[in-house]
Amino acid sequence: MDRLRVATVWLGGCSGCHMSFLDLDEFLIDLAQKVEIVFSPVIDVKEYPENVDLVLVEGAVCNEDHLEVARRLRERTNVVVSFGDCAVTGNVTAMRNPLCSADCVLKRAYLETADVNPQIPREPGIVPPLLDRVMPLHEVIPVDCYLPGCPPPADRIKALLMQLLTTGSARLVGAQIKFG
Amino acid sequence: MAAKTLTIDGQMVSAEEQQTVLEAARDAGIRIPTLCHQEGVMAIGACRLCLVEVAGITKLLPACVTKVQEGMDVKTNTERLQKYRRMILELLFAERNHVCAVCVSNGNCELQSLAMEHGMDHVRYDYRCPKCGVDLTHRLFGADDNRCVLCGRCMRVCWYIEGAGTKNVSGRGVNSSIINDLHQPWGAAESCTSCGKCVLSCPTGALFYQGATVGEMTRDRSKLEFIVTAREKKQWIA
Amino acid sequence: MLLEDLIKIQETELAARKKCTLRVCLAAGCMSLNAEAVKEALEKAVQEAGLANDVEVRGVGCMKLCCEGPLVGVDPEASLYRQVTPENAASIVSTFKGGQAEAEKGDPHSPFFEKQFCIVLENSGLVDPDRIESYIAADGYFALRDALREMTPPDVVAAITKSGLRGRGGAGYPTGLKWATVAKTRSTRKFVICNADEGDPGAFMDRSVLESDPHRVIEGMIIAALAVGAEQGYIYVRAEYPLAIKRLQTAIRQAKQMGLLGSGILESPFTFNIDIRIGAGAFVCGEETALMASVEGRRGQPRPRPPFPAEAGLFSQPTLINNVETFANVPPIIRKGADWFAGIGTEKSKGTKVFALAGKIKNTGLIEVPMGASLRTIVEEMGGGAPDGNTVKAVQTGGPSGGCIPASELDTPVDYESLTKLGSIMGSGGMIVMDQTTKMVDVARFFMEFCMDESCGKCVPCRVGTVEMHGLLAKIMAKKATAADLRTLEELCDLVKNTSLCGLGQTAPNPVLSTLRFFRNEYAELLQPEPKLPAGAGKLPVPSSA
Repeated sequence: MDRLRVATVWLGGCSGCHMSFLDLDEFLIDLAQKVEIVFSPVIDVKEYPENVDLVLVEGAVCNEDHLEVARRLRERTNVVVSFGDCAVTGNVTAMRNPLCSADCVLKRAYLETADVNPQIPREPGIVPPLLDRVMPLHEVIPVDCYLPGCPPPADRIKALLMQLLTTGSARLVGAQIKFG
Repeated sequence: MAAKTLTIDGQMVSAEEQQTVLEAARDAGIRIPTLCHQEGVMAIGACRLCLVEVAGITKLLPACVTKVQEGMDVKTNTERLQKYRRMILELLFAERNHVCAVCVSNGNCELQSLAMEHGMDHVRYDYRCPKCGVDLTHRLFGADDNRCVLCGRCMRVCWYIEGAGTKNVSGRGVNSSIINDLHQPWGAAESCTSCGKCVLSCPTGALFYQGATVGEMTRDRSKLEFIVTAREKKQWIA
Repeated sequence: MLLEDLIKIQETELAARKKCTLRVCLAAGCMSLNAEAVKEALEKAVQEAGLANDVEVRGVGCMKLCCEGPLVGVDPEASLYRQVTPENAASIVSTFKGGQAEAEKGDPHSPFFEKQFCIVLENSGLVDPDRIESYIAADGYFALRDALREMTPPDVVAAITKSGLRGRGGAGYPTGLKWATVAKTRSTRKFVICNADEGDPGAFMDRSVLESDPHRVIEGMIIAALAVGAEQGYIYVRAEYPLAIKRLQTAIRQAKQMGLLGSGILESPFTFNIDIRIGAGAFVCGEETALMASVEGRRGQPRPRPPFPAEAGLFSQPTLINNVETFANVPPIIRKGADWFAGIGTEKSKGTKVFALAGKIKNTGLIEVPMGASLRTIVEEMGGGAPDGNTVKAVQTGGPSGGCIPASELDTPVDYESLTKLGSIMGSGGMIVMDQTTKMVDVARFFMEFCMDESCGKCVPCRVGTVEMHGLLAKIMAKKATAADLRTLEELCDLVKNTSLCGLGQTAPNPVLSTLRFFRNEYAELLQPEPKLPAGAGKLPVPSSA
């Protein structure tokens, strides 16, 4: 049987979830027998491919680019996993939501607290505009599985992948869905 | 005191006349989830997590304030109740800013544990993301409204165990918040005796010991129960 | 005071009546349209015309057709003038000398008036609410005298039970049963509370009753106190009703002066006092347990029942709590007999019901009809249908706790059971009419916003559920929602209805549920298509060997 076509995507997050994925250690070798990574921050592919079986999406949806990526990956992927607390809840990434809109967050970060050369980065087509509100992934596209944790420990990632690979779908329960 | 016999989840249980369904279930080793309930202070039936089905009654009843009755047939964990409990927990997570990753009570939080217990792997409702304050004016304790679930436990222990009456509620609906005295900063609330019972009772990280780290934020709530029992049974009077 | 005194007051009052009476509505609606100045103008005109001995100018309560105010009634010919101004008021007086009235004439024989059947409002627009003598002249306090002198407390309870009266606050609990329960409790301290915290948007029945005939409510309360054995009563009235509060205060003072309240009522050993408690603007305080907490001086929040107020209510004592209209029905039941009352209305819903007609309807105002009258009679015949050639689309009864009944169901008789069957409720009597321009999703959103703002915040489903439901309704309105959002909304409705602590939350989803039931297409039209998913979405291919 062909190996499953798997992608990982990095939206608004710290990449800690990806680090945790790498913590799978020798299981990664087993995994490599069953899956082929077709898109990921850790491989050099620019365009999200068609016909992806499974994608792990780290991070919350924070800017226009994330919105576009999320919609595209949903069209091209069978099983979408919200990977880590930011994708599942918004988490730390969404802590700016109660404060104010995108504009005033940018002003605070790039003007008020700037030491030198205060200016808001604006480069249409290169720097994606921030959304006013950070959203968890499932607010933007339908999500099939949830893998909470900040970051999800490697054994939790493994548990989810094992379920997916053996039964085709997955739902974690109990201590495996602890936030934080 | 007369005893009553009832059935809880198919199990025959005997209970004292004045006991609630929650107490009877706990005595029989059957767990009913609670959040606003606090041993030692008046139950208020507010969080609705302990709702149970009773045969012959169409309404769901809060186990914490429903007295046992002879021949009662109680179901505590039907599919319908599980569904409702999970929804209520999701609403609580959507209401304020519960960011477990940066919370001092991560790992020692009743809300977090309840979410795990009820299979809440994500929240289906839009997060409200309200702007909430943090009060660090008290010399020992801190209050973070972002993490408050408005269970009212702090208020009840403050009024009914300590008798200080510092903690109150202001506002209504989703804009309710726990305040000190007449909305003073905690440190300026003259009625506060700094007894710390509110911090002991808090189910989340809303009330915390200043300077405590995540690993240290455990709460020994049996202390509250001990005080109440000792008082009721006059154990301190020689 | 004895029966003879009561009769004497009545005779004196009737003897002092003049040949003609000009009745000026001084309820809040007409007052806001300058009715007081109209009354002054009329008094001045009477003086100037030298008719002071023949014409009485009387300030009265609500004359029902609020949209045409200020209203002036002329007795004995029973004519009606509408939209009277201080300028054209004098011309009405001139008619007594053969002059021509410049003020517009109303039709007191139109279906709006002819189809009414007034028990609660029998004195409304006739008696002067500021004078107890005026009420006594209309047989006021004779029921109390009968109850006190000719009946025993169990007789009174039996009469109320036999009459079939049900709570007019909305839920329709049998009043007699409630009274009997409180009467049976053994406690030396009991309370009677009148719930005048009318808060439904578009409802103004209780306000009008209090402004028009406050003594009727007070008499009903005294009879209730006698029946259940209470010595203290409270009227809990919202602060937004200053005129009703003022008239109640006057009425209580007068009743005390005449020995109808206080100790030794009508020279019997019976003692009863009434105090007014003013609400601070929380809708939830209309819920009985929240109301009692508020009277006690605590935060107005409901608590779980049991214990019911009848066993442990105000200050943990047995408490009888009824709505304004319920108490207002009591004196006529005692005076005219339970059988008379039970002969009016339908099999399960006896008597009449007062409704406040509002919204897209020609005749806005107050109506009282026998139970079982059809919605069509009320809305089309009495109300005159929608104005400006529009058509009636739906009728909302029961305020934020009720539902929208579509025009196709207008032949429904108005009684507790029929309205419940349609997913609405009788409610306290607010009736809001909508025409074809009304967007039903927006109606649901409006009521949800109301519930969200008024939720006390004690229980989670109501506190947060209403906010999330409101958010979803707003999202649907903004054409940003999908079918999945609608499913989430329906699930939330189910949760909030079944798990909320008090009636506010339990009924908050009703406007959504009823508009979904009858106007689902309006929701569907606003939904957006769901995002495109690949053919094999949701599941991975599983290796057969696994």
